[in-house]
Amino acid sequence: MGRKIILKHDGTPNLKDYEVYRKLGGYRAVEKALKIMSPADVMEQVKISGLRGRGGAGFPTALKWSFLAHPEGKPIYLLCNADESEPGTFKDRYLMQYNPHFLIDGMICSAYAIGAHTSYIYVRGEYKFIIRILEKAIQEAYANGWLGKNILGSGYDLDIYVHSGAGAYICGEETALIESLEGKKGHPRMKPPFPAIAGLYGCPTVVNNVESLAVVSWIIQNGGEEYAKIGVGRSTGTKLISASGNIKNPGVYEIELGLSVNEFLYSDEYCGGMQFQGRDLKAVVAGGSSVPVLPKNLILKTVAGEDRLMTYESLSEGGFETGTMLGSGGFIVYDEAQCMVRNTWNFSRFYHDESCGQCSPCREGTGWLEKVLYRLEHGEGNERDIDQLVAITKKIEGNTICPFGDAASWPVASAVRHFRHEFEYHVKYREKVKNRKHFETEPMRLFMSEFLKVEA
Amino acid sequence: MKVTIDGHTIDVEPGTTILQAARKIGGDIVPPAMCYHSLIENTGGNCRVCMVKVAQGSERDPRPMPKLVPSCKTEVQDGMVVENISNPNVLEARKNVVELLLINHPLDCPVCDQAGECELQNLSFKHGVEMTFFEEDKRVFEMTSLGDKIKLHMNRCIVCFRCVKLVDQISPERQHGLLYRGDRAEISSYIQKAVDSEWSGNIIDVCPVGALTDKTFRFKSRVWFLKPMEAHRDCDTCSGNALVWMFGNEIYRVTMRNAPYGEHEELICNTCRFEKKNVSDWEIIGPREYPKFSVINQNNYVTPPKKVVINADKRLL
Ligand SMILES: Cc1cc2nc3c(=O)[nH]c(=O)nc-3n(C[C@H](O)[C@H](O)[C@H](O)COP(=O)(O)O)c2cc1C
Ligand code: SF4
Ligand code: SF4
Repeated sequence: MGRKIILKHDGTPNLKDYEVYRKLGGYRAVEKALKIMSPADVMEQVKISGLRGRGGAGFPTALKWSFLAHPEGKPIYLLCNADESEPGTFKDRYLMQYNPHFLIDGMICSAYAIGAHTSYIYVRGEYKFIIRILEKAIQEAYANGWLGKNILGSGYDLDIYVHSGAGAYICGEETALIESLEGKKGHPRMKPPFPAIAGLYGCPTVVNNVESLAVVSWIIQNGGEEYAKIGVGRSTGTKLISASGNIKNPGVYEIELGLSVNEFLYSDEYCGGMQFQGRDLKAVVAGGSSVPVLPKNLILKTVAGEDRLMTYESLSEGGFETGTMLGSGGFIVYDEAQCMVRNTWNFSRFYHDESCGQCSPCREGTGWLEKVLYRLEHGEGNERDIDQLVAITKKIEGNTICPFGDAASWPVASAVRHFRHEFEYHVKYREKVKNRKHFETEPMRLFMSEFLKVEA
Repeated sequence: MKVTIDGHTIDVEPGTTILQAARKIGGDIVPPAMCYHSLIENTGGNCRVCMVKVAQGSERDPRPMPKLVPSCKTEVQDGMVVENISNPNVLEARKNVVELLLINHPLDCPVCDQAGECELQNLSFKHGVEMTFFEEDKRVFEMTSLGDKIKLHMNRCIVCFRCVKLVDQISPERQHGLLYRGDRAEISSYIQKAVDSEWSGNIIDVCPVGALTDKTFRFKSRVWFLKPMEAHRDCDTCSGNALVWMFGNEIYRVTMRNAPYGEHEELICNTCRFEKKNVSDWEIIGPREYPKFSVINQNNYVTPPKKVVINADKRLL
């Protein structure tokens, strides 16, 4: 059994009520921080813990906080990024739905550390019910003196507000989130300046993921060193993984970083192996739709033959050729019956729809990708399209304002790299592709084995 | 501050961008720019054609920047070394971006009023690819109007944000912006309202393509048949320094005075632009100079002789 931090009290009835949470030791971190620690001490503990951002990029949290500017007369803002919209990721929802006080607990400690007196939780528009849960929890926190003026008599003030997004994926990008919070259209800003220098209303701002902020309370209560003991190397602590796809037990799991992918996938404690008897694993998207997809042999072992571990480093071993990324922890599993072309088209459709349209390569390129993939998937593709897909991703990648362009390119580039034969199949047997019933009677696997035989 | 661009070193003030520094040097090494416009605050960074490689960040921190950077938005550091045309990756990336700008563009130059003075045309001649493998349907929009003077042809728009930011600048509140997102994004003054400002006509000139055109001039004449003349009138609103486009002794249209790199000298008001089309309204100063090889200057628009190839069999010149 791995250690649990976030899901420690998972399953406790009414955990989202203040009384229950408080009885289980909630808000002790805030007491400790405000009564006996200075903001610098809190920051130091987070630094020792080695906590890295759980929103996707994995940037060390304490380092991000240390970049904050402290101009005269300007407030500092702490923003909690709860815009979780990455396909395959649903961990923040779970945390906020069942344990909202844990997030508020962590946010108070974090805001105290960076000296913020106003904080916003930017919640994805579709999570209306979570907004209600959060608002109730915040009210309870105010009522019990954890928020507001002069918290615990320490002289420290903090207000937390919940803000609802309108359901745009791009508003998860930190500068787009800031724009959206200011009441503008969710267009990412050009960097520099980074939010730590000029963010919300031009003031220094820190944007962190829900999970990153929540665990700060545990770190304060138990010490950074304790947290750093979990995990391997620079990947410390635990991480929530949203597991979905063809597995026995889809759901949100908390793992200790350093768990092997093999164990996560097959042990009964986690995914519990494949969903259907007799259908083997085909591929895994390890960190949400934006990271490269890997076939079975590469997700279980690296090219060097070592076991692949659930850490930032191990998953990215091999770069983009043979590696992937931990990302936001959206673990999507495909068995042999799934069609990678259809899956890639599906992702591309998402990125086409969600591009903000601000810069030319992403605005035009995502549409092009989707249109080509649509044709391939519907039996209207030709030979040239496959190379064309890779060429289009090269045109987008690295030329855009925000990382969305890369996120839209990587799934396509990696699918072609690792599953080229399936694309070729779609070109060669157009009629069959047109007439099959997806995910139903004609598993891709049967087609493929036949096709590979012919090719050999 | 010293900055070196493609081997040319120049001294510039702190706060200068790479693009401005390159324009100071001049010549081939100036990156093209479709969205940056020096009269409009905050423009730049959107079109991605001015991307350059920073091979050395500064004297103090000589590390190169990992990605290509937009030269219009990146300020120079002392000792920065920039590669534009000397770096094949930059040229490749630029080609790719130009190709992407064109895939959804209708390429209806033969019926477009902007033809001849279109920055997208110029850009594609200079930096574009000969052919593209784009074979999908282009996205299409209905043609609309922004009030009774300005036509909006959204199909042609490259979403450079020049008009959006210009309107932000000339009016106290938001009137004009982008609806929707991605490649479905549309420029709009919310449901075809006119932009309420004495200066709104200027968005026609700053639009680098034929998306915004002058309804009082549409389809009247090709721009290269007209003679651009510097003119002045005493105007209460603007400086009255404009360019009148004449055919014989008639004025066909009035625009801002041009400046190098597709930019303009100063804004003019709507009265001068739309209502003053009689020669008697203006004091004509004289012909305006346009770059030698521009389409506007069609009499000078010749291929240098050494490139002429005569194919006697096919009777081609
Ligand atoms: C297109 C795009 C979408 C993103 N969506 C999210 C998101 O939904 N939730 C999130 O926490 N971070 C998201 N991020 C990452 C944020 O920009 C930012 O890095 C993160 O909130 C930082 O928090 P962390 O340091 O705690 O990870 C997204 C980034 C990009 C480029
Ligand atoms: S990369 Fe895409 S999402 Fe990001 S700013 Fe450009 S158009 Fe918008
Ligand atoms: S209408 Fe013209 S100026 Fe406005 S965004 Fe489109 S191309 Fe740019």
